[in-house]
Amino acid sequence: MSKVIERLYNGIIKENPTLVLMLGMCPTLAVTTSAVNGVGMGLTTTVVLVMSNLLISMLRKVIPDGVRIPAFIVIIASFVTIVQLLLQAYIPSLYSALGIYIPLIVVNCIILGRAEAYASKNAMIYSLFDGLGMGLGFTLGLTLIGIIREVLGTGSIFGYRFLPKSVPTLTIFILAPGAFFVLAVLTAIMNKIRMASGKGGGVEASCDPEMCAGCDVPGCRGRSEG
Amino acid sequence: MMGKLLSIAIGSAFINNVVLSQFLGICPFLGVSKKVKTAAGMGSAVVFVITLASAVTSVIYSFILTPLNITYLQTIVFILVIAALVQFVEMFLKKKIKSLYNALGVYLPLITTNCAVLGVALKNVQNSYGFVESVVNGFAVSVGFLVAIVIMAGIREKTEYNNVPKAFKGTPIVLVTAGLMAIAFFGFSGLK
Repeated sequence: MSKVIERLYNGIIKENPTLVLMLGMCPTLAVTTSAVNGVGMGLTTTVVLVMSNLLISMLRKVIPDGVRIPAFIVIIASFVTIVQLLLQAYIPSLYSALGIYIPLIVVNCIILGRAEAYASKNAMIYSLFDGLGMGLGFTLGLTLIGIIREVLGTGSIFGYRFLPKSVPTLTIFILAPGAFFVLAVLTAIMNKIRMASGKGGGVEASCDPEMCAGCDVPGCRGRSEG
Repeated sequence: MMGKLLSIAIGSAFINNVVLSQFLGICPFLGVSKKVKTAAGMGSAVVFVITLASAVTSVIYSFILTPLNITYLQTIVFILVIAALVQFVEMFLKKKIKSLYNALGVYLPLITTNCAVLGVALKNVQNSYGFVESVVNGFAVSVGFLVAIVIMAGIREKTEYNNVPKAFKGTPIVLVTAGLMAIAFFGFSGLK
């Protein structure tokens, strides 16, 4: 039981994929124009992550080592397709808001990273909670960025406008440059916190950027392993 | 036809720049942009792979997926095709064109999970581009990536020893730079 809670804590706080590991940057920057989109993208990714972690853990003794990466990609792509079709049928508004970034969940580093680093080595129950923790951590990061951008850019939160119409808002924050600026300030704050607690100096955000470009390169594997 | 292709090319390369406005391929953009030389190598490899992948996925979509009525499998098929294609290109270059392999080889494995490749393939289908349009679009998108990553590397080489606040060192200052570049690229929207 304690290991289950440890997995959740690890994903949401200690190794938060958005704020600490800096993984999955494409959707983090692209869809966080509003808090609702952030939550939607986060939860969609969480579903895929939990399901793929579960199935990969289930099949971890069946999949031959040499072809494990293609096998993982097929599993992940299948779940992404299922989730995409479900969203199209039942939540069309979210489907059109997220657009092309739903199929692009396939290439989200977090999912393949967790499959490789955790689910392919651990029992089903822990893999499930590992996926859940990481997914919720991702959701938390995206929602946070979405809230900041929505508040600054439109003066509203979750679509509810709290500023009077006469107050001007900073539209740039819901445009592309705003995404970069908000993430820059957030990572700077994380660096500051890490420097204050004296861990790792905090000059570079924890991921080795050379390895960031692909999860299936060696060296990236060890990174997300706690 | 020519005019349409030109507008696709300009639109994809500059107005809707793949990195600075679509946020695809952010990881290599932030990670492999420390030196102009490596950035140019990565960018060229991306141009090569995306153009090829656009052609191959376009053919597969119109001659296999559409006739069999299984277009809903596009995500699965495209990612596998791209992964196989990258492997194949790597092997081919290693055997046949040594000089090109030496220049681009190290970047090729990194490209499989570059979401720009899959993103372009899906966008081509979404906009129902034909074969020629897909190839032009793929080429233009990747040239946009090449331009953005080389400019970024140039700026980073200049600013590397600048005295930025300690907390902003590393990734944060790169993100601020990217944001400023994104504002600059807004200027291209006048070209529409």
